[in-house]
Amino acid sequence: MDWMPVAIFVAFVGAVLGMSFYFARKAKSAAGYYAAGGNIHWSVNGIAFAGDYLSAASFLGICGMIATAGYDGFLYSIGYLAGWIVALFVVAEPMKRLGKYTFTDALDSKFNSKGIQLAAAISTLVVSVFYLIPQMVGAGVLVTPLLGLPHAVGVMMVGGIVIVIVSTAGMTSTTYVQFIKGGLLVVFSTIIVVALLVRGLNTQPDQGGDVPFYKYATLAATEQNGALALEDASWQIAGTKDVSGVTLVKAVKDGKASWFKKSAKDGHISLYECQFESVGADGATLVNGAPASADNKLRQVGNLEAIDGKKGAEATTGSIGPFDFLAKIGSPDTVVKTWKALKFEAEGQKFTVYAPSFTTGNKVLKPGQKFKVEGTPLEKLDFISLMLALFLGTAALPHILIRYYTVSTPAAARKSTIVAIAAIGFFYVLTLFMGLGAMSSSVVNPADNNMSAPLLAKSFGTVLFAIISAIAFATVLGTVSGLIVAASGAVAHDLMDRFMGLHMPDRRKVAAGKIAAVVVGIVAIVLGILFHGVNVTFLVGLAFAVAASANLPAILMMLFWKRTTAKGIVASILVGISLSIGIILFSPDMFELYGMARSDAPIPFANPGLFSIPASFLTLVVVSLMTQKGGNAGSNPDGHVG
Amino acid sequence: MFHEPAAKQGHDPATEYKTRLGLWMFLFYGLIYAGFVAINLLWPSAMESIVALGLNLAVIYGFGLIVFALILAIIYNQACMKEEKRLEGTSGKEG
Repeated sequence: MDWMPVAIFVAFVGAVLGMSFYFARKAKSAAGYYAAGGNIHWSVNGIAFAGDYLSAASFLGICGMIATAGYDGFLYSIGYLAGWIVALFVVAEPMKRLGKYTFTDALDSKFNSKGIQLAAAISTLVVSVFYLIPQMVGAGVLVTPLLGLPHAVGVMMVGGIVIVIVSTAGMTSTTYVQFIKGGLLVVFSTIIVVALLVRGLNTQPDQGGDVPFYKYATLAATEQNGALALEDASWQIAGTKDVSGVTLVKAVKDGKASWFKKSAKDGHISLYECQFESVGADGATLVNGAPASADNKLRQVGNLEAIDGKKGAEATTGSIGPFDFLAKIGSPDTVVKTWKALKFEAEGQKFTVYAPSFTTGNKVLKPGQKFKVEGTPLEKLDFISLMLALFLGTAALPHILIRYYTVSTPAAARKSTIVAIAAIGFFYVLTLFMGLGAMSSSVVNPADNNMSAPLLAKSFGTVLFAIISAIAFATVLGTVSGLIVAASGAVAHDLMDRFMGLHMPDRRKVAAGKIAAVVVGIVAIVLGILFHGVNVTFLVGLAFAVAASANLPAILMMLFWKRTTAKGIVASILVGISLSIGIILFSPDMFELYGMARSDAPIPFANPGLFSIPASFLTLVVVSLMTQKGGNAGSNPDGHVG
Repeated sequence: MFHEPAAKQGHDPATEYKTRLGLWMFLFYGLIYAGFVAINLLWPSAMESIVALGLNLAVIYGFGLIVFALILAIIYNQACMKEEKRLEGTSGKEG
């Protein structure tokens, strides 16, 4: 193990913990624990917003998705940033005016309703846990290459450290951790992008000379009467397998078997070498036919086969400007090689074959690789649904909403949101470069694309890799801390203090929050281990859909529709949560996670927002109109009961 | 009660102006965002067309949505501050 990166990593995490203990001394009151005393400067809060928001999903997940699906990953960047417009123009100042510690406070400010307190607290817990899963998955992913530890250990490390942070200091330490981490993330991502542009593009990337470029074999074949024959007589065909519309061919040379992907074009048949893993009945894992070990792992992948029509040495660009970089990759004469996993069982073994695909640059730099915008009507609806949830989800995330209580005035809430938009927007522009950089630099792990950005950093040296990994780890720590503060606030403040009417003194309220933080942390650890290997930004996209469905209709209607009633809000939250989660659980993506066929899923799309958000709005309107005589309708946006 | 604002807020006479302006700007941006989604669904091939600096419409529109959000945010803040200052002056004279 290289100890220098480990030392940098440990020092960074140690500094975060030290800061946490320092601020712990300042958080004795409930206002200090849940809202940092309401006296954080707006500029600090703005960068802390960025720290909160640029979670594992943004840095790890988006870059990973761009590295494998091109522009479709960048759609998340666009949607996540656009969501801040809703937060700024509609939610920021009213939230600050109406609430105290949690978003439930603001929602309930006109009604003082037990139903709202319960429903909003449940919603906060559910959304927080949904959002926690990808953060914990990201933590496990980070620790494996850096410290050589298994995924589960990484998840438990993050869980343990965060529980210590949150149960000691609460929102004050979370804010300063997020401020420093958010700033460092933007600065070091900029450094990666500059290094990438200075290095330029080539068709045989070797990670700065550290890892020789591996040339995969391509075999020419002919087909007669349905039987394949290879032109190279040193290879013999040992079988074929059709998986998800792809024909895989098993071929043997000198007694060693390999899998190839069959491709027919212009009457010529080519077989492209794949990578593969197989797990036998005894649990033994083989990688590319040999036992898995530290020296025999899947090779990192992703490269350009041609750049603007050129191949080999003449394709090398040298240092390149940012617009030129995008133009070269997006050229119709550029060919990008990406990899897709295909799973099947054969010969008593479970196989995962990673097969190459060749896509022209103009197709990579437009939507369509993951989200089928040119597909069936259902696939188009799924795309609309995703973009709607991303747009409306931000302003409904509990850990973002509670940050409005850490500043002193509504104007400060507004200004901190603008600082956040500037920092987050700049970072999201960088994600396109980092993702495409990983895609073209042979740094993508074909089994798990979440580490693409840190591994791109590694191709510029282990110091940058260690710093970036430490920042990414702190990213996870900070976001998880914020989520757990939000969840513990829902339990201690909304449920115990208000809904159950315990009216605890400050010290007990803080103690209850800390116990809740420990429990939520343990739940997050378990879920983080269970969801290993799933793209983290995909999971966050689902959390956005749940938040947008459960919380946003209630917030908007409470602010802008005078006939909104408490019962309408409760019904809207419950319908939003149950419908969005129901659709997610029965979607093809989740069925794949359960180990079942996608086609068995009763609901044919993955993103619930297009259905659950309008349903939640409609429920609120109908129930509110039905319950007008209850006398609990709000009267104006300032929160006075009429 | 435990759910009143953490910091006591004075009456903000600019609230109505800011709320109305915010809603209009939200709708304006929402329309441009919807345009991006619509082009992807209705004329997906248009996203490939080169617009400027060798970049296609997908990249220009995507970057544009990010930059435009910041521009609108700054305009909104300036307008809010101006109105807050104006009404503060008015109430000061009245008071």
